[in-house]
Amino acid sequence: MIETLAFYLFAGLVIAGGAMVIMSRNPVHSVLWLILAFFNAAGLMVLVGAEFIAMLLVIVYVGAVAVLFLFVVMMLDIDFAAMRAGFVKNFPLGIAIAVILLAELGLGIGAYGAGGLELGAADGTAAARSDVSNIEAIGALLYKPYIILFEIAGIILLVAMIGAIVLTHREPKPGARGRQDIGKQISRRPEDATVMKSPEYGEGVEL
Amino acid sequence: MTEFFQSFGMSYEWAWGVATIAGILLIALPLMLAVAMVIYVDRKVLGAIMLRRGPNVVGPFGLLQSFADGLKVFLQETIIPTAANKGIFLLAPIITFTVALAAWAVIPFADGVVLADINVGLLYILAISSLGVYGVVMSGWASNSKYPFFSAMRAAAQMISYEVSIGFILVCVVLWSKSFNMTEIVLAQKGHGLGIVNGFFFNPLLFPIFVVFFICALAETARAPFDLTEAESELVAGYQTEYSSMSFALFWLGEYANILLMCSLCTLLFVGGWLPPVEWAPLYYVPGFIWFLLKTFGFFLVFSWIWATVPRYRYDQLMRLGWKVFLPMSLIFVAIISGYLMATGHFAK
Repeated sequence: MIETLAFYLFAGLVIAGGAMVIMSRNPVHSVLWLILAFFNAAGLMVLVGAEFIAMLLVIVYVGAVAVLFLFVVMMLDIDFAAMRAGFVKNFPLGIAIAVILLAELGLGIGAYGAGGLELGAADGTAAARSDVSNIEAIGALLYKPYIILFEIAGIILLVAMIGAIVLTHREPKPGARGRQDIGKQISRRPEDATVMKSPEYGEGVEL
Repeated sequence: MTEFFQSFGMSYEWAWGVATIAGILLIALPLMLAVAMVIYVDRKVLGAIMLRRGPNVVGPFGLLQSFADGLKVFLQETIIPTAANKGIFLLAPIITFTVALAAWAVIPFADGVVLADINVGLLYILAISSLGVYGVVMSGWASNSKYPFFSAMRAAAQMISYEVSIGFILVCVVLWSKSFNMTEIVLAQKGHGLGIVNGFFFNPLLFPIFVVFFICALAETARAPFDLTEAESELVAGYQTEYSSMSFALFWLGEYANILLMCSLCTLLFVGGWLPPVEWAPLYYVPGFIWFLLKTFGFFLVFSWIWATVPRYRYDQLMRLGWKVFLPMSLIFVAIISGYLMATGHFAK
């Protein structure tokens, strides 16, 4: 009873949040609606007993990705009229993408229903193993049968990260201003920077 | 507690619901009281270090100062700037406050005294604390004012930077205790040091990451010396500049609830939670939650001591410390600790 209510609450909020992402006129509001959608999707994950995935969803998407979205969107100087101008032109493309995604979703559910993959029972009731915790179950899959794929994914991410750094890194010109040598700053002592003088009354100080 | 309410003849669902609400109130209300007292302690410690008296007028020794402040704030008028984005402006303090309270659901105050003893307790805390940044960012943006906006930018960058290191530090603790469950993490520290002392704090491999964790906790809660989000010399009051009355008070309460949360995390992860510091029988006669409160309060004293003594960091120094010092250090420690644990057969069982 409570589970059913919670499911419809979370699912309804995900859909409402998703709809508001594309309907709200202010991009910052869109990001905030997106966060609401992410959060309720995590709630759905908790309902099916995948608490580890739910927490990762919140940590990675809400805690990191969406913050960066918000960070960028907040700093944009947005002309709302110009943003809506391309709507008619991009409409067919948007519809095409939506149709493709829907078809893929249908294909995925169809393949799952046909029992092609060993993911659980074909009627949609995945057999939950109560003796193994979520994290252990995922770990046993990820680090045993799929270890190669997992490592490849890690390497690809590392390469992408290094690529981003290489693309944005600018080597400073030698002697350029505004560069700091932290070691030099820390090793600076009061004796190096200050001189104690006791000048005669009425006379200046020569350094 | 569910059984207790079931004994009044309630059905299981109703008893569960009532028990959960009672549990939430049992945590939230004492927490609010603790926050009020801790604000008083903070000001008193600051006063003592600065050689002045601190609050000493309202009530005996000024003990009721926080309540007087609360009443004052409650009676003030809520001012919403005309240019502010009204909905988000009002939502921001509520989010800060709610998030600060929500994380306490998985904190075990003593053996078995925990609202939700979930398997992924530590991840839950990480997830909830990563939400804390939204209150600050939203308030800064919705105020539609320059100083709060700068503060929001700073807060977003600062919290993300230090959360990365905190994540790696938690990995070390989880590796050693073999669990994400807060209760099991505490129990794993029982007799950890030579079978005598309780706590990862005394482990030579884990002590350095404890120090890093403590500094990250300061940065994560935007306490001095990392309080750049509300650096009064540059940003007036930071993201709180446009707030007044209860909306300001919610930020205030949320901030201190977060500080207490970080103190209790230090307690649970590194100094053995509700366990007494040493494995001596007489110390076990003291109830567990007293040890927990004592340790948490001890960490809070260190927080206010640091507030009173350390000057504020420069922003680029803060970023450098997070990304170039703590992140590589915590990464190296993950490698060292997992290597050590593999070599000694920690996971062999």
